[in-house]
Amino acid sequence: MDGVGFRITVEEGDAPFSCPDHERVLLAMERQGRKCLPVGCRGGGCGVCRVRVTSGRYCTGRMSRAHVSAGDEAAGFALACQLIPKSDLSLRRAAQADNDGRKRPWQ
Amino acid sequence: MAMTGVLRAGFVQLRVLDLEQALVHYDQRIGLDVVEQGPDGRVYLKCADEFDRHSIVLREADRPGMDVFAFKVAGDADLDGFAERIAARGVDVDEIAAGEQPGVGRRIGFAIPSGHRIELYADMALSRSAPPTENPDIWWNDPRGMRARSFDHCLLYGPNIPETADFFTDVLDFSVTEKVVAPEGGPTIAAFLTCSNKAHEVAFVDHERPGMFHHASFLLDSWHDVGHAADVIARYDISRDIGPTRHGITMGQTIYFFDPSGNRNEVFCGGHRFYPDHPTRVWTVDQLGKGIFYYEKELNDRFLGVVT
Repeated sequence: MDGVGFRITVEEGDAPFSCPDHERVLLAMERQGRKCLPVGCRGGGCGVCRVRVTSGRYCTGRMSRAHVSAGDEAAGFALACQLIPKSDLSLRRAAQADNDGRKRPWQ
Repeated sequence: MAMTGVLRAGFVQLRVLDLEQALVHYDQRIGLDVVEQGPDGRVYLKCADEFDRHSIVLREADRPGMDVFAFKVAGDADLDGFAERIAARGVDVDEIAAGEQPGVGRRIGFAIPSGHRIELYADMALSRSAPPTENPDIWWNDPRGMRARSFDHCLLYGPNIPETADFFTDVLDFSVTEKVVAPEGGPTIAAFLTCSNKAHEVAFVDHERPGMFHHASFLLDSWHDVGHAADVIARYDISRDIGPTRHGITMGQTIYFFDPSGNRNEVFCGGHRFYPDHPTRVWTVDQLGKGIFYYEKELNDRFLGVVT
């Protein structure tokens, strides 16, 4: 962990990293050179950084409804690039089945 | 060969999560001009070196991606001709009345095997800020941001690439300028298609989900301008994907980044020119890294997997 901020723990990831209460979790992770979540568009559009928040308080920016429905949002799903912590957070990676970076046969 | 039938990539309508942020990006950063906001909220934009009144349409929605990619054809009779050929192919064709977008004549629309909606139109009003034609200066207003000259092409991701490429060549008279094939005579997994002298007007790459949008691309004047675009990306914390670099495929010099809703954009210069007597250039999947990123010679998961 560097600097001041909330502790962000990615389940089955490595050590926690820090994120201040004005920064988006994915950008804080990238800034610290960490790679525990996949990075896509960083704009709430592509869904590759989809997570489920298992504990903690947070707010979010705009996220594509193709990846986080209203029901998902109520159940704690979010895109890490739009996730701003208001307390320490625990996250679990939660890519959608057809958007999980699985390679095509030719890859 | 004189150009007939389909002339060029005309406009793309993109969905954005936040129109205000999108306008800062496309107007101030890429350097497009806002033409107008229509009564339904859609915003129409154009690049400096385009005669027609718009090439980019932004629609605020709860998910980003592409509504439609439209090509301009030479004349109104071409619309009837293509509608007949598309229907003969067993594909449903619908018609959109003139004026659905301001300044645009009637359009015909249809779905292609990759799951995208394509439209054709013959008439679009000239822009009030169209390039000068009498003793023309190079531009009216100082270029700003990345100094985009014109909307150039889109890359789309979806299934059924061989069938999609065949549709464009058989029904719309496009040519495949380059393609990527799986080893040992396997299927085409990427196709670059043109109806003009450009290396591509549209391209397709194989993807599990139909109808996905990979990027909309804008032409710049020079490699120096690609470097300047990289400076704009760094200065304004725009989400960068990759570049500046060069493609093996098309040979374009390029940089990729995302709009604030996650739709990918490219600005580029250069690339080879196509004539209809040219053979198709073929890449094999084992060399795809070099094909896509000629300097790095390796693929990047984000470029292959991240779409809206």
